Amino acid sequence: MKQFLQQSRSLRALTLYFALVALFCLAFADLAVSTRSPGHELWLMARGLLTPQIPDTHQWLDAALYTLTFSLQGVVLAALCGFIFAIFYHRAWVRFLAAFLRSIHEVFWALIFIQIFGISTLAGVLAIALPFSGTMAKVYGEQLEEIDRAPARAIAPGRNNSVSQFFYAKLPLALHAMRHYTAYRMECAIRSSVVLGFIGLPTLGFHLETALRTGEYSAASALLLTLLAMIYSLRFWFRAKLLWLLVPAVFIARPLTADWHGDNLARFLWDCVPAPIREGWAPEKTLRWLGWLGEQAASGGWNTFLLAQIALVLTGLFALAGSTLNSSHFMRGWVRACGDGLLLILRSLPEYLLNFIGLIVLGPSMLPAIIAITLHNGAIIGHLLGKHSDEVAPAVMPSGPLSRFAYHYVPTLYQRFLAYCFYRWEIIIRETAMLGILGIPTLGFYIDSAFEFLRFDVAMILILVSAAMTMAADIISRRLRQQFLQLA
Amino acid sequence: MPPLLELRDCRLTYPSERKGQPDRLALAIDSLVIHSGDRIALLGKSGTGKSTLLRELRRRLPAQASWCPQQAALVPQLKAFHNIYAGALDRHPGFVNLKNLLLPSPRFKTEITALAQPLGIADLLWTKANELSGGQQQRVAIARALYQHKPLLLADEPVSALDKLQGQELLSLLLDRHQTAVVALHDAQQALQVCNRVIGLKDRRIAFDSAAGEVTEDTLQRLYL
Repeated sequence: MKQFLQQSRSLRALTLYFALVALFCLAFADLAVSTRSPGHELWLMARGLLTPQIPDTHQWLDAALYTLTFSLQGVVLAALCGFIFAIFYHRAWVRFLAAFLRSIHEVFWALIFIQIFGISTLAGVLAIALPFSGTMAKVYGEQLEEIDRAPARAIAPGRNNSVSQFFYAKLPLALHAMRHYTAYRMECAIRSSVVLGFIGLPTLGFHLETALRTGEYSAASALLLTLLAMIYSLRFWFRAKLLWLLVPAVFIARPLTADWHGDNLARFLWDCVPAPIREGWAPEKTLRWLGWLGEQAASGGWNTFLLAQIALVLTGLFALAGSTLNSSHFMRGWVRACGDGLLLILRSLPEYLLNFIGLIVLGPSMLPAIIAITLHNGAIIGHLLGKHSDEVAPAVMPSGPLSRFAYHYVPTLYQRFLAYCFYRWEIIIRETAMLGILGIPTLGFYIDSAFEFLRFDVAMILILVSAAMTMAADIISRRLRQQFLQLA
Repeated sequence: MPPLLELRDCRLTYPSERKGQPDRLALAIDSLVIHSGDRIALLGKSGTGKSTLLRELRRRLPAQASWCPQQAALVPQLKAFHNIYAGALDRHPGFVNLKNLLLPSPRFKTEITALAQPLGIADLLWTKANELSGGQQQRVAIARALYQHKPLLLADEPVSALDKLQGQELLSLLLDRHQTAVVALHDAQQALQVCNRVIGLKDRRIAFDSAAGEVTEDTLQRLYL
């Protein structure tokens, strides 16, 4: 025990520290189940799930169209911006801008843009496009950095950054990976687009919220299946050849309109100036305000941290166990296909939705959020890790599945597993902060109530606090990856 | 006529792998003069600094040198045509290059087809580089070097993936299209046939530098000892 803790690069020690922090957090977390009969509610939901029903076809089509438009327009704009950022990704300010854009959740962006542009296409599309362009800038940038430099050097010596050279000797090398990632982002965008419905934009989420709230589980089931169908069908229609038609079509079907007036924007911006400055408060009143604000930031930040750390460790556990469902080391043929299907379905359900359902079943506490984050993120990592395990040679010593898991599978994949977890860490913090909107006292709870009382200055400051927490996780995880993991 | 390039007391180094340690010596040159019209073969065991010397020459004469690297270093996803055209990127404005990437111009098609004919790759111009064999890739790399239209050729084992007869033929073609050439080769006989000057490298130094006619079997054998 003592020996391995002294090794500076011990992955066991690193894991142990994260687990200890999560255990410590668990002592402070509120995990009560407050509904009387969670089983009964689940039974009703299951029955609804098996009897899907569309009460109003016109409404349903309209919502589906909005969901597609928001996500497609958002992803196209984000891909464009992200691509331009990626070309200049070697500059520090571009990296910072990208990190900032993606550190604020789509839902927070949407709350801001709804204030400026009203409930409109522009607000929804921008809410997706901004954070997505930050994420895509990072991934495209890394993909362009990882290419083989030899062809570029063969054409021109030294550091030559001409546009022609970029298109002939750099971009073609990264293009395949970039397209693949863009398709994955489209899946994320459909999820985000649905979630934006829960805060009032006219996507599937809008009707899903009503249906769940009123207990019409058959209608909810139809909407949920629509979401899954959209994500599953992506592989058939999200293709370069069809996009030449589809992208102009969605911009024509739902043009980027907004209800917006110059006065509106001016008033909103003026309201974002902190109250003590805007209204010239006396020092005493300012201090009281600062104390009140500090309390919210501290309590929101603390709860966000608690929940995120617990969820991170549980995500890891679920991912390790779940990845065996999609691994050639444990599952074969149709069993594996079903296992992977389960992971893909869990991955397709946004945390917000899972949390919303969890709240109905279990009542208000941190438990539904933890379960939601664990299932969604664990399924994402599990799917990737399982797929990666195909590259690992099968165990040499024959043994049962459990010993194979412990002696061969986990040790060979552990570095990769930690890398995926660290990548997800920043996303988990971002999600945790946002889930506060549903009533758990993380930062989102205070941000949402600040918007409700039109205290935009407070909302902006708290959004910045959540952005800072996300960026801090990003920086720490990059350090840890560099120190502990020897992956390319 | 002034020489094309003069190197005196030149120490070429690799950057060291760790910070703080001195750079490692790759090649030390007391004196090396290259005249226009020279066809120089660089001979020597691997690791004696042939590639280092070529890189240094390229660094010093970037505008005059066409470059044919050891591994073909093609862009695998692009067609042979575009890989060859990439040799001429700096001759044309950016929008011409981009347009040619999406929609190849007839003018460049004719030029490159004519160039590819004697290299035996005219039928492969519209094949992606990653679908070509090693020898075909090397021919494309040679075509790319030729299409740079520069007076000086710097080539690092340009025909290593071809058989002896074809190699000899392509090497002559490559040298005939350039005024001056410095070529690293592993086949000494081939070098003596196509070059007029031979530089032997050994132990990170120049062991000999003489006209091709004056090199004896004995000198060559000592080089590879």
